[in-house]
Amino acid sequence: MKELLDDEPGKKILLLGNEAIVRGAMEAGIGHGSTYPGTPSSEIGNTFEKVAKEYGMYFEYSANEKVALEVGAAAAVSGVRSMVWMKHVGVNVAADALMTLMYCGTRAGLVIVAAGDPSVHSSQNEQDNRYYSLLGNIPMLEPTTPQEAKEMVKHAFDLSEKLELPVLVRTTTRINHARGIVTFGELKPPAKKGHFEKEPGRFVAVPSTAINNHPRLLNHMKEAEPLSEESPFTIEYDGKEPELHIVSSGAGFNYALEAKEVHDLSVKILKLGMTNPFPKDKVSKFIKDAKRVLVVEELEPFLEDKITQIAKEVNPKLEIYGKHTGHFSRLYEYNPDIVMKAISELLELDVKDESLKPKEFSLPTRPPSLCPGCPHRATYYAVKRALGKKEAVFSTDIGCYTLGIQDPMNMADFLLCMGSSVGAAGGFSKNTDQKVFAFLGDSTFFHSGLPALVSGVYNQHDFVYVIMDNRTTAMTGHQPHPGTGITGMGDPAPMLSIENLARGAGVEFVETVDPFDIEKTTEVFRKAIEHPGIAVVIPKHACVLIEEGKIKEPLYVIDKEVCTQCHVCTDKFGCTALVRDGDVVSINATLCIGCGQCAQVCPFDAIIQEVK
Amino acid sequence: MTNIEIVGVGGQGILTSSQVIGKAAMAKGLDVFMSEVHGMAQRGGVVVTTVKLGEKVYSPLIGDGDADVILGFEPIETYRAISKASEDTWVVTNTAPIVPFTVSTGKQTYPDIGEIYKALDEVTDKFVKMDARKLAIEAGAAITQNIVMVGALTATGVLPMSKEEMLDSVRQSVPERFMEINEKAFLKGFEQI
Ligand SMILES: Cc1ncc(C[n+]2csc(CCOP(=O)(O)OP(=O)(O)O)c2C)c(N)n1
Ligand code: SF4
Ligand code: SF4
Repeated sequence: MKELLDDEPGKKILLLGNEAIVRGAMEAGIGHGSTYPGTPSSEIGNTFEKVAKEYGMYFEYSANEKVALEVGAAAAVSGVRSMVWMKHVGVNVAADALMTLMYCGTRAGLVIVAAGDPSVHSSQNEQDNRYYSLLGNIPMLEPTTPQEAKEMVKHAFDLSEKLELPVLVRTTTRINHARGIVTFGELKPPAKKGHFEKEPGRFVAVPSTAINNHPRLLNHMKEAEPLSEESPFTIEYDGKEPELHIVSSGAGFNYALEAKEVHDLSVKILKLGMTNPFPKDKVSKFIKDAKRVLVVEELEPFLEDKITQIAKEVNPKLEIYGKHTGHFSRLYEYNPDIVMKAISELLELDVKDESLKPKEFSLPTRPPSLCPGCPHRATYYAVKRALGKKEAVFSTDIGCYTLGIQDPMNMADFLLCMGSSVGAAGGFSKNTDQKVFAFLGDSTFFHSGLPALVSGVYNQHDFVYVIMDNRTTAMTGHQPHPGTGITGMGDPAPMLSIENLARGAGVEFVETVDPFDIEKTTEVFRKAIEHPGIAVVIPKHACVLIEEGKIKEPLYVIDKEVCTQCHVCTDKFGCTALVRDGDVVSINATLCIGCGQCAQVCPFDAIIQEVK
Repeated sequence: MTNIEIVGVGGQGILTSSQVIGKAAMAKGLDVFMSEVHGMAQRGGVVVTTVKLGEKVYSPLIGDGDADVILGFEPIETYRAISKASEDTWVVTNTAPIVPFTVSTGKQTYPDIGEIYKALDEVTDKFVKMDARKLAIEAGAAITQNIVMVGALTATGVLPMSKEEMLDSVRQSVPERFMEINEKAFLKGFEQI
């Protein structure tokens, strides 16, 4: 991705939306970037990992989104252009800082990219983050393509400085993970170090400043109104004698434009680029003489409700179609079919369904699963063995290990969000007589598991706190974290010890164990289960997909002579390289990585290393 | 507009194959809009990637019946995507199955592939199957099966890019030392149609 650093205005390159966002920030002369990874925003950080140093800016993975925003805010008020990015639910974590940051505002440009995930491809919910722009009075832009994402990020820095407010760039999966042709603009040199000019009457959020900062914010939002009306990203697509007016923003717009162009429809489209403040005059003009308007936007009726409000004043007879009329759903992402269907219903077009309809088969599902050799599987297996017939509640968390919800592990009973495993485990332990486990990863521990641990020790909660240390943030693409000894820019860093942190918090039972040693791990869990209060167990083994965890051959095979077909390996352990065909078990050699865990699981020693 | 739906399983090199196509189209001066899968689904889950190219492309997803080609890296995944095909669509599939863990643990069953092929032959004349894994091994490395698939896609003649232009794009997308094997893989795939 070094090509991103080419200073060749006019050059065309095929970029992922997330890469285009990075380029846009560098065309704006960014000096600071911070984030906590999360799909679909993660590749922004992965890209900065590769280019930040050479470009000459500062970039970090912060412990969580709130910290990332606070670090970025300080940079921006010191005069350094900054960008902070996260997945949609990351904004929930950062929201406390964000709501008051809006009161204080910024000096240098501060751009917040929040990446939504309609259809929950890789998330715990599909909340519509556009409402944050209303809650916090945050100017907001909604790109539709990688090219536009680049341009909007660049523009957002200027906007932010003009308004002295942070600006929200709200994307969704089909922008972040779309790839398109992007034309480079001029690359600006990175922002140099700043200097923080003190202004406590503005930047110290106490009641006496808040009372003045709130009207300050509203005044700046007032100034933003004409900028929204004239936004270069709000574009009208004309249609001759339009039978239908369409207002749209974000990914949904692409499907509307496609319908218009491909089917040569006589519709008129107003694409909104800046959606907070809402460009009231622009939309009023657009709908004033219209008969019918269709609002195309994924998730909530954010634009639709505004238009309904405005229409009451400027065109009370206007027929408004969208979610309230059932033409669109508030659920899931859209696609060309969904949008075309709504349009054709209104235009009374006959769209033929030409799709093939072969005989139906019931197909097996193919959910994502723990990799062959994954250390998390061994941990779950050991817990199960240690518990034996004892019942337990498994309060889990977000990471690869959440796949422990699957067969044959079935060790996930409760989960809300990152860090929730720990607080909830405490709640279960205080309010039931069940044995309780909290499962969370190392990255999640640093993100939000730490304050909950402190709270649990203080309140004398009683559960086994399992920190599955695979030396990385695996699920989102193997980013470093405070325990890995390396920074986002690839420099050495102090390697924070989870053991010391737990002991420092007052936990007496802290044991680290290699989960690949299943016998010993089981033993540790047996002791932990007996321990009153919080017992911290740290199964520590690197994810097999990172360098540290790479496993060398030989692979393992099943000795058919010795195998009794007891199926412990497939039905209790369940590595995905173990294949059961009827009663016969074998190991898929293209999937097996030779970790040897299954050999320990087999009660008959039928799983052996392959001799070549 | 040319619409290509590429489907398969995480880890099969689908992202690289879609980028080979996208880059070739861009080199030819065409517009390109694609959608990719990053994140959780890659852990052995279903991967669906879309490549749309033409004078002007408006969105990164393909509607039902609107694909010009379904390039399936795994037989049941090809079938799963079939609603994107019409009678005019080339349906090109790799026949090498990847059994999901829901099947290998004995909980669900993998359907009779022969029956699925028969059902597809009944509804379209443009159904092509090949063992891309075998062809890739013959070319020199199993990991080149994604390039075998790109070769077959090129041979359908649906792409506005020539065989040479596609080969160029392959050369630019793989490391120098694997160039020869990948060229071979491409040609092996190309010969299948
Ligand atoms: C607030 C929030 N931020 C980010 C994410 C995305 N995310 C999901 S799990 C995860 C971390 C996984 O790392 P770890 O806990 O170490 O577990 P691993 O995947 O390595 O097993 C992240 C960043 C999220 N779901 N919610
Ligand atoms: S990526 Fe690593 S942690 Fe995640 S499932 Fe695979 S081996 Fe396990
Ligand atoms: S050795 Fe056994 S447990 Fe490890 S990857 Fe191979 S089959 Fe799976």
